[in-house]
Amino acid sequence: MKDLFAVIMLSGIYGLLSASFFVAMDAVDVAFTEASVGAGISTLLMLVAITITGRSEHPVRHKPVLALVVVIVTGSLLIYGTLDMPYFGSATAPVHQHVAPQYINDSMQQVGVPNIVTSVLASYRGFDTFGEVVVIFTAGMGVLALLSVVRRPKGIAEIDSLNKSMHEEYLVLRIVAKMLIPFILLFALYVQFHGDFGPGGGFQAGVIFAAAIILYTMLFGMSTARRVINQSLIQLVAAIGVLVYGSVGVVALLEDKNFLDYSALSTDPIAGQHLGILLIELGVGITVASVMIIIFFNFAGRENSEENKES
Amino acid sequence: MGSLMDISSAVFLLIGSFLCVSGGVGILRFPDFYTRMHAAGVTDTLATAMILIGLMLQNPDGLVVLKLIIILLMTLFISPTASHALASAAVHNDLKPVLDNKESNEKVKTSNP
Repeated sequence: MKDLFAVIMLSGIYGLLSASFFVAMDAVDVAFTEASVGAGISTLLMLVAITITGRSEHPVRHKPVLALVVVIVTGSLLIYGTLDMPYFGSATAPVHQHVAPQYINDSMQQVGVPNIVTSVLASYRGFDTFGEVVVIFTAGMGVLALLSVVRRPKGIAEIDSLNKSMHEEYLVLRIVAKMLIPFILLFALYVQFHGDFGPGGGFQAGVIFAAAIILYTMLFGMSTARRVINQSLIQLVAAIGVLVYGSVGVVALLEDKNFLDYSALSTDPIAGQHLGILLIELGVGITVASVMIIIFFNFAGRENSEENKES
Repeated sequence: MGSLMDISSAVFLLIGSFLCVSGGVGILRFPDFYTRMHAAGVTDTLATAMILIGLMLQNPDGLVVLKLIIILLMTLFISPTASHALASAAVHNDLKPVLDNKESNEKVKTSNP
């Protein structure tokens, strides 16, 4: 398929479909993440990327026979490998023998958070999640290093005239978006702070929050959005998110506990765990939201600046 | 009373499913972009609304009904807006609807520069 737009749409549909089969397998948290990240924001970011790169793929001269052979061989080896896997849901599967029973049985006493996925993600496996947040932060820094463009800020009068000309064209969209954006932001905060009790958490909340801001940016223009959201502030906020996460771990270290052992945060270990999970989820949410906004701003801003050069 | 609720819920669900199927058939069978979008729009709003109302009648619990009402309101806001955005993008990119007789085709060409 040569049309990259269609490819991106297909990958978004694939993300939504895989989210629905995660729901069918009772993994609501993973499904939520897949729906918001895989189908939502990554599709959006790839769409912004093709506004820079152009819509169609360059024609390839070599014949893809070798690649096809490699794919077929690897695929059939992988399928052959699945034959040895235990049946889905089998009680004797290695996954259910190792740490999973301990997590499921002891989570309530040790962590005290009703959603076991959150307790595994944020407490038992806090170090892995820290790594994920750092990866996202690094991605944002990479985009900043490669694509960052210094732009002459437009004057307020110029923005206003642009705004007026856009206002007629996008009237319906703008009004509906104005009504919906507060609810999207509110929902993001709900997902953020309800992560202890139901599906949700910092990653999904951050992505939903960023989606609301991106929606605003797309409808009201880059310049208006830049006036609302300060670029250097948002970069600072992205760093603060990682810093919050890391410093929670350091506090535990100072109290002679292991890194990211939240029971050090309070005299009551359960209350400490609650506080710790809340704080690190907050850090995750802040970082994810601001990195997504940074990536979007830099992609979209780059397209604008090249148009300016041409004209 | 319970059976009345059940029956009405089933009726709503049936209408909703029928509209979903007809929307799917419409997307496949209709000749051009705009009519297809009309079919998809029916599925988006009316069918979803019918199915959600059917589900509301299934469940007397207040919180679930409230959540379903919120979902219904959200879809009623978002789906028509999405259809509108899609249609205006198509008009913006000079996509002409397929018309049967040549006269009206000419008319569209002149009225939509």
